[in-house]
Amino acid sequence: MGLWDSYRMRVRRKRRLVRALRKSAELSCLQDNTRAIQPSDVLLVCTMRNEQIRLPYFLEYYRKLGINHFLFVDNDSDDDTVAYLQGMDDVSLWQAKASYRRAHYGVDWMNYLKRKYAHGHWVLVVDPDELFIYPFCDTRPIQALTDWLDSSAIRSFSAMLIDTYPKGRLSETPYHAGQNPLEIANWFDSGNYTISKNPMYGNLWIQGGPRARVFFADAPRNAPALNKIPLVKWDRRYAYVSSTHALLPRGLNQVYETDGGEKASGALLHTKFLDTLGIKAQEELARSEHYANSREYKAYAKALEQQPELWCKWSEKYINWRQLEILGLMSKGNWA
Amino acid sequence: MSAASVGIVMLVHTALERAEQVARHWTAADCPVVLHVDKNVDEAVFQRFRQSLASDPLVRFCTRHRCEWGTWGIVAASQSAATLLLQDFAEVRHVYLSSGSCLPLRPAEELAAYLEARPQTDFIESATTADVPWIVGGLDVERFTLRFPFSWKRHRYLFDRYVDLQRRLGMRRRIPAGLVPHMGSQWWCLTRQTLTAILQDRERARYDRYFQKVWIPDESYFQTLARKHSSRIESRSLTLSKFDFQGKPHVFYDDHLQLLRRSDCFVARKIWPRADRLYQAFLTDGARALTRTEPNPGKIDRIFAKAVERRTRSRPGLYMQSRFPSRWSVKSVTSNRYSVFQGFSELFEDFETWLAQITGARVHGHLFAPKRAELAQGSTMINGALTDCAKLRDYNSQSFLTNLIWNTRGEHQCFQFGPGDRQEIRAVLASDPNAQISVISGAWAVPLFRSDRDFGDVRREAARLQQIEASYLHTLRHRETKARVRIWSMAEFVEAPMEPLQSILDELGHLHPLSTPPALVNLDGFGQFLQNLKNQGMHPHLMGDFPVEQGGLDRAKPPRKPYLVRR
Repeated sequence: MGLWDSYRMRVRRKRRLVRALRKSAELSCLQDNTRAIQPSDVLLVCTMRNEQIRLPYFLEYYRKLGINHFLFVDNDSDDDTVAYLQGMDDVSLWQAKASYRRAHYGVDWMNYLKRKYAHGHWVLVVDPDELFIYPFCDTRPIQALTDWLDSSAIRSFSAMLIDTYPKGRLSETPYHAGQNPLEIANWFDSGNYTISKNPMYGNLWIQGGPRARVFFADAPRNAPALNKIPLVKWDRRYAYVSSTHALLPRGLNQVYETDGGEKASGALLHTKFLDTLGIKAQEELARSEHYANSREYKAYAKALEQQPELWCKWSEKYINWRQLEILGLMSKGNWA
Repeated sequence: MSAASVGIVMLVHTALERAEQVARHWTAADCPVVLHVDKNVDEAVFQRFRQSLASDPLVRFCTRHRCEWGTWGIVAASQSAATLLLQDFAEVRHVYLSSGSCLPLRPAEELAAYLEARPQTDFIESATTADVPWIVGGLDVERFTLRFPFSWKRHRYLFDRYVDLQRRLGMRRRIPAGLVPHMGSQWWCLTRQTLTAILQDRERARYDRYFQKVWIPDESYFQTLARKHSSRIESRSLTLSKFDFQGKPHVFYDDHLQLLRRSDCFVARKIWPRADRLYQAFLTDGARALTRTEPNPGKIDRIFAKAVERRTRSRPGLYMQSRFPSRWSVKSVTSNRYSVFQGFSELFEDFETWLAQITGARVHGHLFAPKRAELAQGSTMINGALTDCAKLRDYNSQSFLTNLIWNTRGEHQCFQFGPGDRQEIRAVLASDPNAQISVISGAWAVPLFRSDRDFGDVRREAARLQQIEASYLHTLRHRETKARVRIWSMAEFVEAPMEPLQSILDELGHLHPLSTPPALVNLDGFGQFLQNLKNQGMHPHLMGDFPVEQGGLDRAKPPRKPYLVRR
């Protein structure tokens, strides 16, 4: 990478930060508990819309993992999201009524909040349908991981998105609030992921899984990106550039080993494929607020009419992180 | 039983409440403890800590030094603490150096009994620089012959430049007479005699001056001087402490509980300060019968050695979010051996079924056929939910291949390949030492010969396929090809098929003599077919010489050896 490239990236990063600041005008604070944040706290930042049904389990899961404070952006929900979160001591809540798409799918809002509140903290950025797992997550809290990353001088941690889905039709088993979504959507694809390197930001570009297999078999290039770097020791100079797929400065995207070894990595179990997806797809289609003109939701809406089955004979049933590590989807690296 | 004969020196930096807990554990068994608290710790915090232990008559605090990794401060701290300990507690016969993140795994009485049985032994890992494998950073004997006034952690640039400069100018320090540099784990357990001799050595001022400029003196000061004064050195540390590939200590968590219990080590380091279960389990020991087992860290050693290996070499042929090796940094593209056959299914009737039956391997058709990946037994999907969809496959054909081989590890994979297939994968196959490629050149002409297509079409298609195969063969014969390649011309193969088939089966681990060879397709008139192509101005050269008249194949001619390019 030449000097010119570095300069370009620097300008791009600064523009992102300025943009985040400008877009922060769209945020109105509904509940500010940020004064309770302690210096060593691990934070979680999340943007959502009409996800009230998922929140009870989401909060339970991440509190148990050791998240100390939640920073939520509610994008104009018309369900009970806001009322539900109000009064929780470890939750700070903002509302944005403006366009999700024009805020770079929420990235601008969240970049702003992280710049303001997460400087010097480990921060996890996930969607409400994503469950973060990492090596030893069943026996060690997230602070064990972040302490280890700190002592290894690692600033960012990769967790690939793994789509989970139920056996049978989506509408067959309704999801109810507070339930572990993995009780329903507990199957995944283990070995059909393609990887290439994105020369612009130096991150890996991973595609595949059931979404590529079922919805994008005719246009694999358009299949959603599954690479994510959701856990970062934040610095106010950092910025996510597209969802949590890539960051600037580019060094943060070097979460993979190129010299033959394995770095430690985790996974985000993506429990999108529940009975709730049908309504969601219709709604998002009407709003057209998602990436590439909601290309993904168009594909779902079309395929969902035919009630597709994502499950196949070669689907793996999810057991635990060790299974994912053996399958080669994540790695302990040198953490033991 | 009292363990007053063992004194503990504790170097504390962080997690003071854990240090307090451990100190109380020692003193409860009558072991005196001298604490050294890093001078970097805030004064108010230190005073609070001191107050919390003030009531304990067996606890002392020594002069504080600034401790930075790899610097003299740690040695100075150990010296001050050890001096105070020997002076204040006359009954101490062994001094055990530990840190605030160490956790005793066995009752103090067991340690005392163990040491009492070895009253003259110094437990200190100590080896000459030539003999240690663990040095990180490339400085071995130079640790002792160069000067290191700059901090490696804070002023890396100056550190490196000054090392370079000294090397270039040939600057050398003289090692004090009578000392042979030794290195080893920082955590030792020395007898009163040895420690007193080190601390009261007449030359100590000179040694201290020398070691103040040595790099990482905490791993060499006592290790070197013990060699001078000790009568009996047992070169191992009683503290279980493992280092990773960056030279930083592995940390123990709650889930290591059983592992630590079974290790029978006396003290382990480092413990994660929030590993409540570990502290709970080891610091509140019930009235157990004392055991006299030897420490046995073997199993823990293996687990940590595996972690280091995973980080540095890991699983070949795996591509994932945190492992994406460049082609030049690894030996093979894929995880396991596999076989690629070109021309066999064209030349033999039902070759795939035959091969699968005789070898038990999974035999696919043309995996890279333009329409779909012809998976074994006509399946549309294989392990790992990898589908036969041509578009998904062609989007990243290398991923398709590496996924297929990774997903089916443990079972040998065979597939057909030919000039009629998508060719993007060619370079990958040729560069992969796991690929066993067998080619019968020119056999692609057989389906054309047996088809009833318009001869103009056949001629065009033949020209196209021949061109593709010729360039492929060129690649395979290139000196940079890493696959194991065998090439026969079709004429050659047809003349004596048994020998090459047998060698292929041998490779697949089928060592019995070949009893049921596959049936050759009927080639009557093939020579004439080639002649017709020639007559149309196309020159089929890859299949070798087929006479126009049938029957010529039976002529007695010495069989040629298979053309072995590389294996």
